[in-house]
Amino acid sequence: MAGFREYKIGSRIFALAFGGSMCITLLLPSINIASVSSTDVALAKQLAIGHETGFNLDDPLMQGKNKPLVVALKADPKTGQPLAQAMTVYVYQPGTSFPAGILHPRILGAGIEELSVQQGHIGDAKKDTGAVFAISKGKFEGKDHSFIEDLTTSKGWTTSDVLKVAKDEDVSHSGKGKTMFVREGCWWCHTLLPEQTQDWQVFGAPPMLGDFNGESPTAFGSDRKAPDLMHVGSRNSSKEWMMMHFFNPRLVQPHSIMPRFDYLWGEKDADGTPINFAKWRSDYDDYREGKSVSAPDVPSYAKDSEIRSLIDFMLSLK
Amino acid sequence: MFKYLLAKNEDIPAGSAAVFFGFSSIIWFVIGTGLGSFNAAKLAFPDFVTGNIYFAFGHMRQVHVMAVIFGWISMAFAMAMMYITPALGNSKLWSEKLGLWNCLFWNVGLALGLTVLWAGITSGREYSDFPWPIDLYLAVFVFIPLATNVWMTVLTRKTQGIYTTNWFFIAAVFMVIIVFLVGNSPEFFHLTGLTEAYLTWWFAHNVLGLWITPVAAAIAYYTVPKVTGNPLYSHRIGHLHFWSVVVFYSTPAAHHLMSAPLPEWLKSFASVEGVLILVPAIAFVSNIMLTMRGKWYMFVENIEIRFTITGCLMAIPLNMQGGFQQTRAINWYIHGTGWIVAHAHLALLGFSTFLEGAAVYLGLQTIMRRKLYSLTLANLHFWMLLIGFTIYWVSMTIAGLIQGAGKIYEVPYIDVVIAEHPYMIARWIGGTLVFVGNILWLYNMWMTARVGTVVPAGRMPHELSYER
Repeated sequence: MAGFREYKIGSRIFALAFGGSMCITLLLPSINIASVSSTDVALAKQLAIGHETGFNLDDPLMQGKNKPLVVALKADPKTGQPLAQAMTVYVYQPGTSFPAGILHPRILGAGIEELSVQQGHIGDAKKDTGAVFAISKGKFEGKDHSFIEDLTTSKGWTTSDVLKVAKDEDVSHSGKGKTMFVREGCWWCHTLLPEQTQDWQVFGAPPMLGDFNGESPTAFGSDRKAPDLMHVGSRNSSKEWMMMHFFNPRLVQPHSIMPRFDYLWGEKDADGTPINFAKWRSDYDDYREGKSVSAPDVPSYAKDSEIRSLIDFMLSLK
Repeated sequence: MFKYLLAKNEDIPAGSAAVFFGFSSIIWFVIGTGLGSFNAAKLAFPDFVTGNIYFAFGHMRQVHVMAVIFGWISMAFAMAMMYITPALGNSKLWSEKLGLWNCLFWNVGLALGLTVLWAGITSGREYSDFPWPIDLYLAVFVFIPLATNVWMTVLTRKTQGIYTTNWFFIAAVFMVIIVFLVGNSPEFFHLTGLTEAYLTWWFAHNVLGLWITPVAAAIAYYTVPKVTGNPLYSHRIGHLHFWSVVVFYSTPAAHHLMSAPLPEWLKSFASVEGVLILVPAIAFVSNIMLTMRGKWYMFVENIEIRFTITGCLMAIPLNMQGGFQQTRAINWYIHGTGWIVAHAHLALLGFSTFLEGAAVYLGLQTIMRRKLYSLTLANLHFWMLLIGFTIYWVSMTIAGLIQGAGKIYEVPYIDVVIAEHPYMIARWIGGTLVFVGNILWLYNMWMTARVGTVVPAGRMPHELSYER
């Protein structure tokens, strides 16, 4: 066996070169990135989107399971009395996995971690019974911070209390919507990253270092063939426009090359009537060829349809 | 092939694993480019097969990318390793049986992974799209057996030294395992935030820089001296190439995220290291070009040399783009545009594919001892690849510059889409030419195996004239 006898020095230099390169590209950046504190955006985003949005064992077929609900709360869940000011709460129904910031408060950053654990009691949140979270303001060592509060522990609001007082239009399925965003590959054309150099005017402010703590996958996208969506909800908050655009983008933008996502409506519309896709398409073809004057109406989507969650996610991108 | 899976290792004819890998890679190339052509048609004609979850663009784009990287390119690499590594060690492949099982597991795992991706089940991370169980499968049943076979073949060689090609092979099969395990760690351990984003591009960069680029170059270090009969111009320049790949190509991962919020020192460091990629690139191209001295007529007359040298020549614009487009001065203009798509195809369909194409042409003829069935078909294949790729590259580069201009002049995005439309049609035509060329190649290699003229022992296939 000839072996590597005569390559002793070479193997050692290889170990040194490759190891050194791994140290610079893996070890040093991880130390640096781990010290980045969460911004308010990161706190809100991870609470709204939940644990993991790519493939995971809790949702192996990527149907949007194991996701929280975001509720614009207008009444006190215990008393039913209207709140002085509406608040946003994040409802993790029993069995829903908590986001990384709840499981590992270390990633929240200095100050936020201590406040969330000591005043927010996030350590007491239980997956089996579910929890209701909100973002609160507090002071730690003289500095103002936002932190995560477990309202189930601090106020005794259970998930069913909150969902009882919430109307359907106040509930956002944006967590499930992000699963649709990843599964349907929206990010192959739409980036979620206004660039630091050029996009201020059109697509809004680029994100900050701490905007992503707790999010996975970040789905920045790299090949932009369509507008950036990071702040799309601020530019266009019309549900009706979104609905027509997803069903057939060429209804609202004749030059669009986006695929149709009518299949996300499912079998039935909002009234439970089966949707006749074949008829819709032939009516639309007549319209496109000038045989009829108006385009067929887009069916309204069911409350639990996949498209509802995707539109909720779009509108949540402020 | 299948009858040898359970045979004793010594009863399996030498080269069986390489033949299995070779034909598998061609078939994946046909599938991968077919999907690419289909996807391009959707971008050019948005109402072509739409509103169907099973043929949605967002489900199929990644299937095209993974099929060509882990089907065509990586299996062509494995094919090259199965016959070049023992040839350079004057020995036999350590285990033909392991090689055959490796190829079988590879085909099964890749088919499974692509099916899952096609269904939309993805990690949501570009280039590491496979869900983590598939990543683990690929590491354990694909790359570790491949590395074992290559390493053991080099260890049991009968020559004193190790030739340049084999340094690259043994280093790359080791590094790709590390890249696979570390690059997918956000999925294994649920790492989140910027760590996840950075490691996504760490994987994407290194799978190109430490696997695809060095192995493709290593193949040229074998095919050019072997077919021309000239010795490699300089062993020393080979050293420079090897060490600068390990040091410079493994560090610039962050330059893929130049416009993202990463620590500034990391981006600056990556950008400087990224320019240094020119060191291995220039070393490699000059070494191969100088090896050709006195044999340039073969660039015209010999199909393997034509493929290899075309690939090497494409490494020049590739690395000029790659070295400079990632600097802040240029990156702001072309980041996230079709320019990058054109550059990625210059790397994978231009540079790398032409080098591997030569290895598969040469390897299948040498192992099967059959002369190529039809040189005309091979020429047609070459020109369809080259013209198809050129149409693709030129149209996407122009589209990228349009997008860049639209970005800085804040043009409404729909006007960019309208301006790009002709180039989207051109891209589809280019991709379709490549796809059709590959079908001809598959037919040509199949007929070579069936009816190709027998090559006598000790002769190169290209030394024989056609009898038909």
